[in-house]
Amino acid sequence: MRARLVGSGLVVPCGSFAVAIRSRLQAVHRGLGQLYADFPVFDRSRTYVDFEVEIDAPFGLRSLVRPQAILRCDGRAPFKPLPASQAMAMLEWGLNWVISSHSHDHLVLHAAAVERSGRALVLAADPGSGKSTLCAALVHRGWRLLSDKLALVSLQDGRIRPIARPISLKNASIGVVRALGADIVIGDVCRDTAKGDVAHMKPPSASVQAMDRPAAPAMLVFPRYRAGGQLVSRAEGRGRALIELTRHAFNASVLAGEGFEALCDLVASARPHRIEYGSFDQVLPEIDRLWSRVA
Amino acid sequence: MTTLALEPQLLSLTLCDPARAVAYDKTQWERLVWQSRAAELMAQLHLVLSEASVLASAPAPARRHLEIASVIARRHADAVRHELGNLRQTLEPLQVPVVLLKGAAYLAMGHDAARGRIFNDVDILVPKTALKGVEQRLNWDGWFPLHTTAYDERYYRDWMHEIPPLQHKNRATVLDVHHTILPPTSGYRIDADALLERCRRLDRDPACFAVLAPEDMVVHSACHLFFGEFHKGLRDLYDLHQLLSGFSEEAGFWAQLVERATSLGLARPVLDALEQSRRLFRTQIPQYVERDLRPAATSIWPGVCRRWLFDHALRPPHASAGGRMTAFGRWLAFVRSHWLRMPLPLLAYHLSYKALLAR
Repeated sequence: MRARLVGSGLVVPCGSFAVAIRSRLQAVHRGLGQLYADFPVFDRSRTYVDFEVEIDAPFGLRSLVRPQAILRCDGRAPFKPLPASQAMAMLEWGLNWVISSHSHDHLVLHAAAVERSGRALVLAADPGSGKSTLCAALVHRGWRLLSDKLALVSLQDGRIRPIARPISLKNASIGVVRALGADIVIGDVCRDTAKGDVAHMKPPSASVQAMDRPAAPAMLVFPRYRAGGQLVSRAEGRGRALIELTRHAFNASVLAGEGFEALCDLVASARPHRIEYGSFDQVLPEIDRLWSRVA
Repeated sequence: MTTLALEPQLLSLTLCDPARAVAYDKTQWERLVWQSRAAELMAQLHLVLSEASVLASAPAPARRHLEIASVIARRHADAVRHELGNLRQTLEPLQVPVVLLKGAAYLAMGHDAARGRIFNDVDILVPKTALKGVEQRLNWDGWFPLHTTAYDERYYRDWMHEIPPLQHKNRATVLDVHHTILPPTSGYRIDADALLERCRRLDRDPACFAVLAPEDMVVHSACHLFFGEFHKGLRDLYDLHQLLSGFSEEAGFWAQLVERATSLGLARPVLDALEQSRRLFRTQIPQYVERDLRPAATSIWPGVCRRWLFDHALRPPHASAGGRMTAFGRWLAFVRSHWLRMPLPLLAYHLSYKALLAR
């Protein structure tokens, strides 16, 4: 793996793309080893590479005083350089950027998605609502991970295309997810990023192996974690759900009418619910209960 | 990948001879897609390949990128048409000529240069005397300055050929309002009235707008590119190639271009545009045009330096097209653009401000 990373690139699937990753940074080598161990690695010479992503130390005097990392994709640098210790988080953000900025044959939702018995549960919420943490808990209980950040809804058939990349966790949720069980693998914690402390959970190998199996959405939940809160669960109107989802769509303006139709189809096929909760003990059985009615 | 030979002209060669793509291998297709994305020419490439019926020979993933680009370009065109409709409603009551520039003009004229083009902003030109009224009406309709520092204000008001860029508060579209086509500080004092005199009213929707006469459109486009930073150099040159190819069918176009470029003192950038467009896109240009422009097209730099600079600055900004010296060439092009735009003392003042004090 190391030879590929410093050579012609480690080619791995990234959503519906194949991405060649190159880096000389130890943090990236270690992070990929921890989090992407189950990922298939493609042969560079035979695979069509959609994007080349490089993450390395920028040239310049600053690197002597304060090492930095810069991410480049096809000659573009979508982010400003960050401290080198945040390189792995930056790579994950960069791969998210690759997917969300270029997958315009899909509706790209800022949402988590998990699958059970062939059908998908979509979790859409603003950052900080506990979406990824809930997604990690569901995955730990046996749901298949489709994606924790970007739900790719096909414009052809409305099904959700798996990404199965690591689940991104912030601050207190890192400890919460670690406590779920000894089988949870979490990479190095990147401290003091723009989003606070950030770490990633390795996706289960079963989810990675099923990466080419999309799933039709059956339920849509707007989750909201409130520390110490009680369970409040209610069905949400499809109209309201549609308006709220529009806010979470990355490429609604690019897709225009086609995107709007995809959103309409989604709320028509996936029953929307709103759930507020203060603990996994409240929310997980509630999701099971609601799921048993749709599945 | 670094061991493979560079292909600095892969994109331009494919755009003017799409049939050669039938023989491309996987790596060349990868590079073609990367270079065209970096150069913002992917939708134009899609168009050329599909019209030459060679899209089917592309690997499926390459075809997918190209098709997505073409969808995005269509959305851009829709958005600009919509924006022009809004602008017409805002500015029509003023009863002043509103000349669309660059992309918006190509689109409103229905020119081939608009096909597949990505629009980053809308550019208009209005008489300097009408500027105040235009700005006020735009403000009322929700257009506000994008930069608001006192320095930016002064930079645009005193030195540039446009007012500070405006952005619409709801739609986030950026609008550049020009009163002439080159910064007065460049030493070229272009009489905008002479441009407005020859401008052509558009007979199709949107009705209140005009566009520059063909020769002026080419002059403007050439100045914009060859006095500029070559930020989207190859895309701008492709625009020029399309403009020239389209206008060459109009009677008297080439003679008028020579006359206009010479009388405005802009033979140099126009000749550069013609030479580079022919070099990269094989534009058909009558022989006498370059011959007639050459005596007026003077430069303090030797031709070999200029050719070297343009070669590097006009490459797609992707590693597979640029060599070791390309970054240096681009930097020189950036310095040159400032050199051409401002006299040295002003340039020193501007760059020191940007380096030391600007936030």
